[in-house]
Amino acid sequence: MSAASVPADPGSSAAVPAPGRRIGDVILAVENISLAFGGVQALADISFDVREHEVRAIIGPNGAGKSSLLNVINGVYHPQQGTIMFMGEKRHQMNPHKVASQGVARTFQNIALFKGMSVLDNLMAGRNLLMKTGILQQALYWGATQREELAHRRRVEEIIDFLEIQAIRKTPVGRLPYGLQKRVELGRALAAEPRLLLLDEPMAGMNVEEKQDMCRFVLDLNEEFGTTIVLIEHDMGVVMDISDRVVVLDYGRKIGDGLPDEVRSNQAVIDAYLGVKH
Amino acid sequence: MPVSSASVQVLGTASTADAALTTFPRLLLHHAAVRGARPAMREKDLGIWQTYSWAQVLDQVRALAGGLAAMGFRRGDNLAIIGENRPRLYWALTAAQSLGGVPVPLYQDAVAQEMVFVFQNADIRFAIAEDQEQVDKMLEIQPQCPALRHIVFDDPRGMRKYHQPAVTSFDRLLELGRQFNQDHPGYVEDAIAEGRPTDMAALFFTSGTTGLPKGVVLTHQAMIATGRTYCEFERLGENEELLAYLPMAWIGQNLFSYTQSMVAGFCVSCPESSDTVMIDMREIGPTYYFAPPRVLEGLLTTVMIRMEDAIGLKRRAFHAFMALARRVGSRVLDGGESVGLLDRLAYRLGDLLVYGPLRNSLGMSRVKVAYTAGEAIGPDLFVFYRAIGINLKQLYGQTETTVYVCVQRNGAVKPDTVGPPLPGVEIRLTDDGEILVKTPGLFEGYYRNDEATREAKDAEGWFHTGDAGFFDADGHLKIIDRAKDVGRLVNGTLFAPKYLENKLKFFPSIKEAVAFGDGRDHATAMINIDVEAVGDWAERRNLGYSGYTDLAAKAEVAALVRGCIEQVNLDLAFDPRLAGSQIHRFVILHKELDADDGELTRTRKVRRRIIADKYARIVEALYGADPTVQVEAQVKFEDGRSGTIRADLRITDARVYTPEEAAQLTRKAA
Repeated sequence: MSAASVPADPGSSAAVPAPGRRIGDVILAVENISLAFGGVQALADISFDVREHEVRAIIGPNGAGKSSLLNVINGVYHPQQGTIMFMGEKRHQMNPHKVASQGVARTFQNIALFKGMSVLDNLMAGRNLLMKTGILQQALYWGATQREELAHRRRVEEIIDFLEIQAIRKTPVGRLPYGLQKRVELGRALAAEPRLLLLDEPMAGMNVEEKQDMCRFVLDLNEEFGTTIVLIEHDMGVVMDISDRVVVLDYGRKIGDGLPDEVRSNQAVIDAYLGVKH
Repeated sequence: MPVSSASVQVLGTASTADAALTTFPRLLLHHAAVRGARPAMREKDLGIWQTYSWAQVLDQVRALAGGLAAMGFRRGDNLAIIGENRPRLYWALTAAQSLGGVPVPLYQDAVAQEMVFVFQNADIRFAIAEDQEQVDKMLEIQPQCPALRHIVFDDPRGMRKYHQPAVTSFDRLLELGRQFNQDHPGYVEDAIAEGRPTDMAALFFTSGTTGLPKGVVLTHQAMIATGRTYCEFERLGENEELLAYLPMAWIGQNLFSYTQSMVAGFCVSCPESSDTVMIDMREIGPTYYFAPPRVLEGLLTTVMIRMEDAIGLKRRAFHAFMALARRVGSRVLDGGESVGLLDRLAYRLGDLLVYGPLRNSLGMSRVKVAYTAGEAIGPDLFVFYRAIGINLKQLYGQTETTVYVCVQRNGAVKPDTVGPPLPGVEIRLTDDGEILVKTPGLFEGYYRNDEATREAKDAEGWFHTGDAGFFDADGHLKIIDRAKDVGRLVNGTLFAPKYLENKLKFFPSIKEAVAFGDGRDHATAMINIDVEAVGDWAERRNLGYSGYTDLAAKAEVAALVRGCIEQVNLDLAFDPRLAGSQIHRFVILHKELDADDGELTRTRKVRRRIIADKYARIVEALYGADPTVQVEAQVKFEDGRSGTIRADLRITDARVYTPEEAAQLTRKAA
């Protein structure tokens, strides 16, 4: 009996790269990035790359520059020096709207959802960039618009199924507990069908069970959809368990980069975490 | 299905006579022929209800049976079925039965090691698992259960990396089956024709409050006879709607959503997930509903909490109309002869403003008949549902009797009995009150366990239920407790722990209670608070807490629980037979009793002896004089790790009442 049957995956109707996970070429390379706010040097000469289909973690103590780095990739901050290469295109700085339309989605450290809207509507909003019809057509809800809406709704329902949030489909986001809001936010980012997903502390403030759930979702979506993931996380256990490669920042500088085990035994990293005088 | 329609026709016409409808696969053929286009099952997928007609179900079952046959499933083989209520798992039941095999549904939340015994005991070679979680369990126990060769999974999520030769997808199985049926036309139909009503139809492993689980063998004949009598008794037809949301491994779920659906031809719907049952209930609007007391209790707690959050006017209207409903609602439901005109009008108004909307939000607007069973239900809880116009009735039975022993008749419902025995059922009581039963739905025996069979079923064919009870003046059976749990205090007063626990558990603040008292001077109790209800109560009082253990240790919470216990004591004081078993002291446990820790069964019944053993120190302290006791407990987390909790527990005294005091207090209150 052959067990190698590849079942029709409910979530793979959209353009998804190779099924399963084969770590591919570099899709994002950050080269010699420096970012300063007035006299504060947030990032100093940072270089690292992200390969297709991998889970790449950025770790470091508070104020190390992790979120700043994510904001640079995302185009929110414009670095004074350095270049960013995304999908073969080299730029000095990114632009949030353009980055999003090229397939980069992100979640935020403090949840960024429309609190008064339902989970479903929040996820539909996440597909905004993929909607082709204009506002006038949408107001009429006819023909192409209707077909488009149905296709988007289907995709959103697949995400709801994937994240196991069927029971809260129609609940306003503001009424949900924190852990679930985080999950909805991941769903909102996924709705954009990103090639690269940036997660800013997806597990901050969660209890053990919620963290386990979130880890499973991150691994599953990397596994099933082949989504490339860059994540910032404080929980070292989580990082070591789920990431393929880890970048370590401390005071805006890169002090380590490599496989989880290499990073774990790196003296500079240990010092940064245990607190050695700078 | 052009290939199969001819054979359906042939078998269909042959089997329209009732006498031929003696096995489940034949019933399916019958429905596919008679009501092929009518809905048989529904499932909510991606937010939309998908309907499968009887003809489609037959097509799927035939393909599935072919697939199993292609993989080597033979007459007499057992098929393990593990998962939540999914149409495909129900079809697997019929597919196994079609080939003369036996489906063995298992509790989906059991940990892997709990399943080992069942797999070994029943030599299971084939398993159908819902998803990755269940497949992982199968793979974990495979080394201990070498007979297990084939694991079929329904949901492909997360299954990409599984290349074990034993693991096959459901879709692949169907593909194999269609191929097999093409190559072997008539194979499945012949196998169905070969099936006998006396064949084993299913094997249900009882959760076992003590010791290893036992496999209850039920025949097609016993199950179908039971299903048919029920359907006639309640006049259930093909138009019923039912939501299947309880574990498939539980006989009740099987009886209601498989056996009866197969007998009457009505449609069964599967919820989207276990979290969406309430929402799906509202959308489906079942006409026929079953819920164990625990579920009804949970729903009531939710309602009460939500009402406390409502604005003052609504809250007052709710309480005023509920008081009326408690007084007259049950009588209105039973025909309402003795209800005065004014009350009747007021009740009508209440129905418009409160009861109707409440039924609607519970998803029970269309319920014709609702049952509760599984364990004794608190009278107040029971009356609540009847008061708002839901025809909730109690029934009594076991896995060994295909449930069916007693059911309350419409118009003759009492909160504290389970009704008279049903047609065809005989009941006898032993001298010490144990209930013995004979019914057409009786089990054959325990699977490969003659010793246990002999213990439970005597030479004359009486099944020893292990429950204690008696008949009241109207011939209704009243169950007080498990026969082995009924005890006496030192002074000889009757001590029925379940009776006390049920009274306690009606309070929304108390989730679980365990009463002690057999062979002691007086009764005491261990309490689990309901973290949702008490948490809400604490929030209103600006009491901060970090979790169950912290909340349970608060002095304010102890005072709240003491109030509940004293209320129970006051009630007990009026009953001369039970006044002596008032609760003198109690403790609020530092952790919630949990099936994973072996303290509850998978159906969430209290395992009294295990708890008494495990918490022996606390029990001693309840009978000592100290105001606290130190505890240390091993807990198993859901990921399989274990840890230790340490805490100082407060033991609180509760007031007990003499009958005179009780009478005086009630007079003062009035």
